[in-house]
Formats: sequence, structure tokens, C-alpha cells
Amino acid sequence: MKNVAKRIGRQVAFYAVLIGLWALIVRLHIWPTYIFPPPADVYTALRDGFEDHSFWIAIGVSMRHMLLGYGISVVLGTVLGIGLASNRFLEQTVGGLLVSLQSMPSICWLPLAVLWFGLSENAILFVIVMGSTLSVTISMETGRKQMPKIYSMAGRNLGARKWKLFYYVLLPASMPYIITGLKQGWAFAWRSLFAGEMLSATLGLGQRLNAGRDNSDMPMVIAVMILIVAIGYLVDGVLFRAVERRMQHKWGLLAST
Amino acid sequence: MSAVPGLVGDVLQQQQDHAGGCARATLDLAPPKLCLQDLSLKYKTSSGEKLLALDKINLRVAAGEFLCIVGPSGCGKSTLLYLIAGLHEPSSGSVLMDSKKVVRTGTDRIMIFQEHGLFPWLTVEENVEFGMKMKGVPKAERREHVHEYLKLVHLQKFQKSYIHQLSGGMRQRVAIARALATEPDVLLMDEPFAALDAQTRDLLHDELERIWAETGRTIVFVTHNVREAVRLGDRVAVFTFRPGRVKREYKIDLPRPRQLEDTAVAGTAREILTDLREEINKSLEEEYQAERQR
Repeated sequence: MKNVAKRIGRQVAFYAVLIGLWALIVRLHIWPTYIFPPPADVYTALRDGFEDHSFWIAIGVSMRHMLLGYGISVVLGTVLGIGLASNRFLEQTVGGLLVSLQSMPSICWLPLAVLWFGLSENAILFVIVMGSTLSVTISMETGRKQMPKIYSMAGRNLGARKWKLFYYVLLPASMPYIITGLKQGWAFAWRSLFAGEMLSATLGLGQRLNAGRDNSDMPMVIAVMILIVAIGYLVDGVLFRAVERRMQHKWGLLAST
Repeated sequence: MSAVPGLVGDVLQQQQDHAGGCARATLDLAPPKLCLQDLSLKYKTSSGEKLLALDKINLRVAAGEFLCIVGPSGCGKSTLLYLIAGLHEPSSGSVLMDSKKVVRTGTDRIMIFQEHGLFPWLTVEENVEFGMKMKGVPKAERREHVHEYLKLVHLQKFQKSYIHQLSGGMRQRVAIARALATEPDVLLMDEPFAALDAQTRDLLHDELERIWAETGRTIVFVTHNVREAVRLGDRVAVFTFRPGRVKREYKIDLPRPRQLEDTAVAGTAREILTDLREEINKSLEEEYQAERQR
């Protein structure tokens, strides 16, 4: 408990110094404030954005895109991953294609998505799905392959067959890989989301960011960037981290404290 | 053999009478629990070369018998257990259990692995009840049995623990409880104590002997440790190095409970070891050759 308090204290102090430095540099008048605004302006932009609900709406819209796109990716990625892990033919043909597609930055799907779906939500979802499905698939596949054989042997030996073997043994045994895959998939989806939103006409955070640029509203741009980082951290660094730690603790993969 | 009269029985002449001997009782033997008939296994190595791992193994194990199999590493003795368990398929020959051919895994034959194979995502009690859960035994009944078997291996206090919280010896005890909880007729133990320190192993020898006496299970126990085999077994089968064949069988008539330090155990072990040494040398030589070719 004491360590946690200490850590939080340090972090608060760090950000205080960072903001202090920022304010100090603004005071030096090296750049005009419309290029390098003071922290107070960014704070005002944040506050106003929440007060007139535009940020709430943007967050809501972006999260809806995320949940939909990520949801589709997880289902698709899981099915593909299991298919690839259990069929050698699929692995050698589809598997190779997927690995090469994985090297494509998700923003490169955008022109195709816009031509197919127009500047719509569907284009955004498409980009998210293309960006994150493959990382889910690949982790699932590695999970099934690298899982120690002894678990499935022991499971079969104890009378688990077919779906029971899958549900009670193979699935939990590959959980460390699955969680890594889900986490990675989320990170890719999160990056793809903004690639999609910045070009399409929706009310999401990406569009707010773009609007900030169009209006040369630097405080707004920085405020939205802070929001994006904060939400990303909350999901990745807090939610997924907690799930991961819980599993690692159970499995004894962490030095127990 | 005659140097220690009475300690080592006659070499069983089962090689000659195996044909047809599995299905019916012979004059002096009850029908065997397990009968291996001309069991062979060939497999392809990663380099594409075909290897004969087991060559026409003929063995019978009586109900309630404790059979130990010793042999150098690479003699296929673990593979034999996988065949009995139904986890691998033989290339030819068959495994008969109660005169019925084994075609797949079954909870009447449970393995205990060297690396224990316990599930790290489950607690001790969930591990122990796993086999019953797969069989569809209702929860209340499962819990009752779990208690019973954890008591048998002296681990009641640890039912809620996760596997990584236990010591190596405790893990093997959980594995034994998990195996017994499915009420198998035959326990197949694959060098279960090889990774444990000497003290823990002594303790587990005592426990296994006691559990065996209390539950009356048939045990096939694979080890490379001859003393361990003599300490535990009613009979010890020595395997040859690749391809694995039954080289000789020894009946161990020493009184129980035995101790690893008993001079009679040591004497018998020394005799079997002499027999085995030739095979161990072969395995070492092969290992050396393989290393040189690399």
C-alpha cells in the first residue's frame, strides 16, 4: 500500500513538473501561442469540450466504433486462428497471406475502404477490422501451437474429448496467448480507429482532431490528443493489465508477492 | 542369479506362451488385467528416418500387480505407457485390457507424467475433480471424492491452492490424487519421481506403496532408476536399448514395506543393473555418435 502511494506521488510530481516546464517555455515567447499554446488554454478547451458535451459525444461515437470493430475482429480473428491452428493446409496457404497482410499499415486500407463504403461509418469499421483481426488471429494460432502438449495429453487421458477438451483444456491452456492477442488487437484497432475517423464525416474523436486542425485551434488539437492518450492508457494500461496480472498470478508466471 | 537365492525369482518364460494367452486364463495365472501382444511402434524422426521404437513387446500384468519397467533413455519405455493409455496408436500388435482391445483413451487407465501435467489455471481441488467432471459426476459427489483423495495424499489443507504454490513433491501427490479420483483400474506412471530430490522421493515411495496397498490398483511404473524399481515393484522388466524389447523379467519377492536402503533391495538392484549396463552403454554410444555427426 505504501509503495502504491509513493508511486502515485512520484507520478503526480512528474506531471506537475512537466506542465510547469511547458508553461515556462510558453513564457519565453519562442513560438506564438497559436502554435504553442499555454497549458491553461488547453485546459479551457478540455473543459469547454466536456461542458458543451461535444467531447462526451465524440468519446461515445469513437467507443461505439471501437466496440463494434473490435468485437468483429475478435470473433473473426478467433475463428481464423483456430482454423489455422487445426488445419495444415489452411496454415500454409491462408496463414502466409495473413502474415504478409499484417505488414500493411492500417491507414493504407483507407482508400480502398472509402471507394467501397464511401465516407461512412462502415469505412471506419472496415479499417478497424482489417487492422486488428490479423493480430488476434496470429496470437490465437501461436497460442494453440506453443501450448505445451502435456496439457492436451493429460486432458485426453482424463476423459476430455472434442468440445470438452477444447473448452476445458485447450482454451484455458492458451489463455496467456489469447490475452496477449486481445491486447494487441485492441492496440491495433485503437490506432486504426483514428486513421478511419480523421477522414470520415462522423462525430468521433478523430473528427474532432481534424476539426481542430481545420480551425487552426491548437488548444483543441492538444486537448483531443490528451483524451486519446488517456483513454488508450485506461483500457490498455489499466483494464488489460489487470486481466493479465490476474492470470499471471494464478498461473504463477509472476513472482508472487 | 543363484548368488542371491530366493531374492530374484526365475526369469518368466512369457515370451513363449504369449500367443493366445491373453484371452483366457492359463493354469497358474488369473486372466491378466493388461496384456500386451506383439506390440510394435515405428515412427518417423524429424529427419525423415524411420525408427523402430518398440519391437514386439509381450507383457502381461496381473490385476493388483505393481510392475516396474526399467531401461536406458530412448528404449521406448515411456512410449509404451502412451500406447497403453491410448494416447498413441501402435504400428502393430495390440493392448488388451480385461481381454478387450484398447482403441482410445479411457479413464480406466490414467497416466501420471514426470512433469505432472497438472493444470495451472485450476486449483488443487479443481485439478483433482477434473476427470469426474468430464465424466459428468454431479458437483456435490465430486467434492466428496476430492476430499477423500486429497486426504489420501495428505493435502486437504491445500485444496484451494494453485499448482505453482506447491512444491515438486506436493505437485506429484496432487497428480496421484487426480489420477485416483477417476477410479482407474490401472495407473501408468512415467518416471513420476525423477525430478524430485532424494528425501521427497523416499517419502513418495512410502506413500505410493501405502496407496497401492489401500486401493489395490494395478500399477505400471516406468523408471530409469533400478533401485526405485526394486523398492516398489512386484516384478521388474528390463528393456533393451532401441528398439525396445523385453530383455528379461525379474520377480521381486522381497517382503514389504521395503526401504531403498535395504541391503536386499540394493543387492537385487545391483544384479539387475549388471544386466542393464550393456544397454545403457549402447545408448551412450549412440548419443556420442550422434553428437560427433553434428
